[in-house]
Amino acid sequence: MVDKIIIENLSLQYSDGTESLRNVSMGIRQNAVTVLFGPAGGGKSTLLRCLNRLNDLTEVKASSGRILIDGENILDPKTDVIALRRKVGMVFARPVPLPMSIRENIIYGLELAGEKRKSKLDEAVERSLKLSAVWDEVKDRLNDPAVALSGGQQQRVCLARVLALQPEIILLDEPTSGLDPISTGKVEGALLELKKEFTVILVPHSVQQAARTADHAAFFLTGELIEYGDGKTLFTNPKQKKTEDYIMGRFG
Amino acid sequence: MMTKFLSRNRHTVQRLGFIAITMVVIVTIIPIIGTIVFILVKGGSAISLEFLSGFPHDGMRAGGILPAIIGTLYLTLGTAVFSVPLGIAAAIYLSEYAKDNQVTRLIRLAIINLAGIPSVVYGLFGLGLFVLFLKFGTSILAASLTLSIMTLPVIISTAEEALRAVPQSFRTVSISLGATRWQTISRIILKEALPGILTGVILGLERAAGETAPILFTGAAFFLPRLPHSVFDATMALPYHLFVISTQVPEMPIQIQYGTALVLLVFVLTMNVIATVIRSRARARRQW
Repeated sequence: MVDKIIIENLSLQYSDGTESLRNVSMGIRQNAVTVLFGPAGGGKSTLLRCLNRLNDLTEVKASSGRILIDGENILDPKTDVIALRRKVGMVFARPVPLPMSIRENIIYGLELAGEKRKSKLDEAVERSLKLSAVWDEVKDRLNDPAVALSGGQQQRVCLARVLALQPEIILLDEPTSGLDPISTGKVEGALLELKKEFTVILVPHSVQQAARTADHAAFFLTGELIEYGDGKTLFTNPKQKKTEDYIMGRFG
Repeated sequence: MMTKFLSRNRHTVQRLGFIAITMVVIVTIIPIIGTIVFILVKGGSAISLEFLSGFPHDGMRAGGILPAIIGTLYLTLGTAVFSVPLGIAAAIYLSEYAKDNQVTRLIRLAIINLAGIPSVVYGLFGLGLFVLFLKFGTSILAASLTLSIMTLPVIISTAEEALRAVPQSFRTVSISLGATRWQTISRIILKEALPGILTGVILGLERAAGETAPILFTGAAFFLPRLPHSVFDATMALPYHLFVISTQVPEMPIQIQYGTALVLLVFVLTMNVIATVIRSRARARRQW
């Protein structure tokens, strides 16, 4: 097992002084689900948004440290952020289908990347929708507006949209927070398949989901990485008092 | 008993409120309907094929108003050519690129103030800049440019509003899928904001089509025996023609005045209806 991502002394502060990261260092394994969990305001989403440089869109006051993906520091100003975002896909808390058909949603990123061949695009649509376990539900209405789908289907289409770009890393920011248990089960099921091919980083919407899905788990509290380790061990036998208190539901 | 009294009282107040609001609505609508009906009745008899397609003669006391209709069309088109691209570009800059700082606040302040300037001041400005300084002469070009400056604030502010109404999440998602800012704008944001932008454009142009003061010194002609041949020609225009035949020509037949007013009104109202249709269609189709 190798570390796909190495985060070194990452600190970040937003312009309005809110949620920030304090000197976070961790390695993230390839082909595994790494879960970042903890109460709101802990810096989990910020960390995700650093990994695909989506924080470039936000007013950041100060940041320092390095993030190495395959050995390259992606926080370097010379980084090709477009290529980075194709390599590091992201699924958001609320499904955001773009205002177009299901098919157009899936091929959006590919077309931007210059893929014009219909056969390649069709192949990508089928492959990614199958991978995100929604193909059977939408295969007969690919040209319908994506927004007409149910929330759970939308979210899996959004996942497929990311997968279509054949990324290496997938970031999921509370992807099931608005979904019913059955849809949640489907998304989680898809994740287990995904980790065979991809490096998955998940911010879960509950401790239970964290425990269910984590190969590795990192507990964040007010911008600090409190504890990081093997998922099973961390949830059954946490070393830090704060981690234990949070898992047991004593705060948060 | 107390609650019963209170509830009866509340109902009375509610009913009175409804009556008051209905009255206000009626009072607002009456002048609009009144104006339209009045002009329709007084000017309807003047409308004929000859009136719409002929030149004025007998010192404008007879004949048609074709040169004024064509002139207003030219001026509206000319205004669109300059103000639409410029206005949309400015709105995209303000909504999508500009950071919130002193400079953009100054730009916004200027736009708001520009919208409040009396139209005759635009006319004088156009005379100074386009007619005299740039030597365009009293021409369609100078008048269109003057009308464009007057129209720009309307187009910029409605277009900016339409762009801002497109959910932020579309931008975030698009960028996260490897789109550049411009790809996001051109493929998603503009498309979604288009109906709102078009509405603003049409409302802006409609105002331009009906204005007299800005073209008074910059491009409007009292009378021309022929249609303009180039953008450097002066032109007759409906609002100015209406002003002329209402105040400058003695013994003017009244139905020609009202007929001209009716044509101008229909011209402007048609644009208004188009804008409304675009807006309501887009609202029905919108996916967010």
